[in-house]
Amino acid sequence: MRPIVMEEVEALRGVNSVKVKEAHEQGRKIVGMYCIFSPSEIALAADAISVSLCGTSQDPIEEAEKELPRNLCPLIKSSYGFAITDKCPYFYFSDVLLAETTCDGKKKMYELMGKLKPMHVMNLPQTANDEDSLEFWKREMVKFKGFLENQFNTKITDEKLRDAIRLMNRERNVMKRLHKLNAHKPAPLAGTDMMKAQWLKGFNVDKEAGIELIERLIAEVEDRVEKGIYAFDEKAPRILLTGTPIGVGSDKVLKALEEAGASVVAFENCTGYKGLDVMVDEDKDPITALAEKYLSTPCSCMTNNNGRLDLIRRMVDEYKVDGVVDLTWQACHTYNIESYTVKKFVQEELGLPFIQIETDYSDSDTGQVKVRVEAFLETLDSRSLV
Amino acid sequence: MNYIGIDIGSTAAKVTVFNDNALVDNYALPTGWSSVETAKAIRTRLEKGGVDLSSSKVVATGYGRISVPYADKTVTEITCHGAGTTYLFGKNATVIDIGGQDTKIITLVDGKVADFVMNDKCAAGTGKFLELMSNTLGVGIEELARMALEGENIAITSMCTVFAESEVISLIGAGTKRESIARGIVNSITGRVYALLHKHGAKDPVFLTGGLCEIEPFVHLLSEKIGTPVKTNSMARYAGSIGAALIAMKI
Repeated sequence: MRPIVMEEVEALRGVNSVKVKEAHEQGRKIVGMYCIFSPSEIALAADAISVSLCGTSQDPIEEAEKELPRNLCPLIKSSYGFAITDKCPYFYFSDVLLAETTCDGKKKMYELMGKLKPMHVMNLPQTANDEDSLEFWKREMVKFKGFLENQFNTKITDEKLRDAIRLMNRERNVMKRLHKLNAHKPAPLAGTDMMKAQWLKGFNVDKEAGIELIERLIAEVEDRVEKGIYAFDEKAPRILLTGTPIGVGSDKVLKALEEAGASVVAFENCTGYKGLDVMVDEDKDPITALAEKYLSTPCSCMTNNNGRLDLIRRMVDEYKVDGVVDLTWQACHTYNIESYTVKKFVQEELGLPFIQIETDYSDSDTGQVKVRVEAFLETLDSRSLV
Repeated sequence: MNYIGIDIGSTAAKVTVFNDNALVDNYALPTGWSSVETAKAIRTRLEKGGVDLSSSKVVATGYGRISVPYADKTVTEITCHGAGTTYLFGKNATVIDIGGQDTKIITLVDGKVADFVMNDKCAAGTGKFLELMSNTLGVGIEELARMALEGENIAITSMCTVFAESEVISLIGAGTKRESIARGIVNSITGRVYALLHKHGAKDPVFLTGGLCEIEPFVHLLSEKIGTPVKTNSMARYAGSIGAALIAMKI
């Protein structure tokens, strides 16, 4: 049986789409974002609402393919498809959009999407490892701040930025605590529930209410741990899922893993723990602190991306992981190429079983995905075959 | 006591029967359109052969593994091919399994699957590709492989099976020798296997399982392409069902 609060978490899907409409009708400004490089704090400091935009469903891909190439990553096609079909309420009610130059596919898609609504594109440096990149990224923060001040005819003060930083840190902290519950063996929360809680949080219009809800979920799960109620039993293999982001509609590999009896305990992806690892420094100059935090995101669009390996190592340890699954979307060059590095690292340095699963949002390869997942779990069984 | 392994693949269903530790029977039948019907046919044949299913252990594998209601357990074909290879060949090997719709590379270390990789959702590099192309040339797979030995070393460049078929038709139209086209077709398969094998990491010895194991010219050309002698065995097409039967012994 699942925690009861999960029902409220799931209900957010309906609640949030109504709330975003109401907020719009009340004249609140809404900033739509796609990526964990997006500094929500700057939008909040402009008294706007920041929301994640839809991009995890197969449904609008057919429409998107009228304009975009077919062999493009499903996340980009889905995001664009939602935008042109008006099927994502968050996109529909967004006053402005924030995008970043992460991968080539997104960058070029944003040129088309930018024709639909006012869009600001933040230029990401290609590496996070030097002082020049940080200075460059700081200037990008300032430009975005200027864009919002201009669009919304407001002034973003340092004081407002600090308030927003504290609020977002509180939200990150509560999500981090939720994730860490699954470091317990056996895991008290199913991976599918963890993913939903994290994914739905992105669409939250009311941050305080969201934090309060997750606090209640944590309290219930902690209570269940005390009573010995878990999502999986002690023997279920513990999996770390890394790679591309997932959400409801693009969660077939996560589902296949848990249906085959694995417990997905850790999410090293940007819809999981990746954005929660580092907090924004509350004592520094706000723009510097924001630039440092967001540039530390270990994304495959950076070269090199050794921070990801370090994060995987720490999570494997903390979550007592038995095997690593790297999910990569078809035509996502950065994650697909990086998978080779991750494989070597996981197998040779960490000594753990590893599998890369490359797929898209469609159901066309459900059978193949099932075979890969089940066979991988069979290899985790330490007994010899014959 | 009987231990039975049933491997229902996309093209052929393979059955292995052990009586205690002795392998007593291996046979294959076409899967046809329904794996449920195939499983029924296998049941009838087993019972006619004097196997009492109620006192046997049955493990099903392959794409049709869920269609065998009398199986005690289902296991993926990856694990079963690993177990089957251990039995037929040895505990350490890189297994190439060319199936009807999948090609798999399996690393076997001390009788355990250490790692594996499969082709993506596409018929390129699979048995289905070979079957379709030999139909286009109007010969059987065995004949195609034999012709390939005599042909020039040309390349079929299209990865997609449908495009490759058009390419073959163009080559026929251009008057290219059938032997050379056959060689191009085999090269297409061995090339895909080569890439998959080396991305995965190939360690000697290399063992081939699946329906192509008995086609000697194919094994020869595959060995040539991957640069190491490919070992196989006349029973290697039953590696999956043998492995399944061996796993049944552990239930």
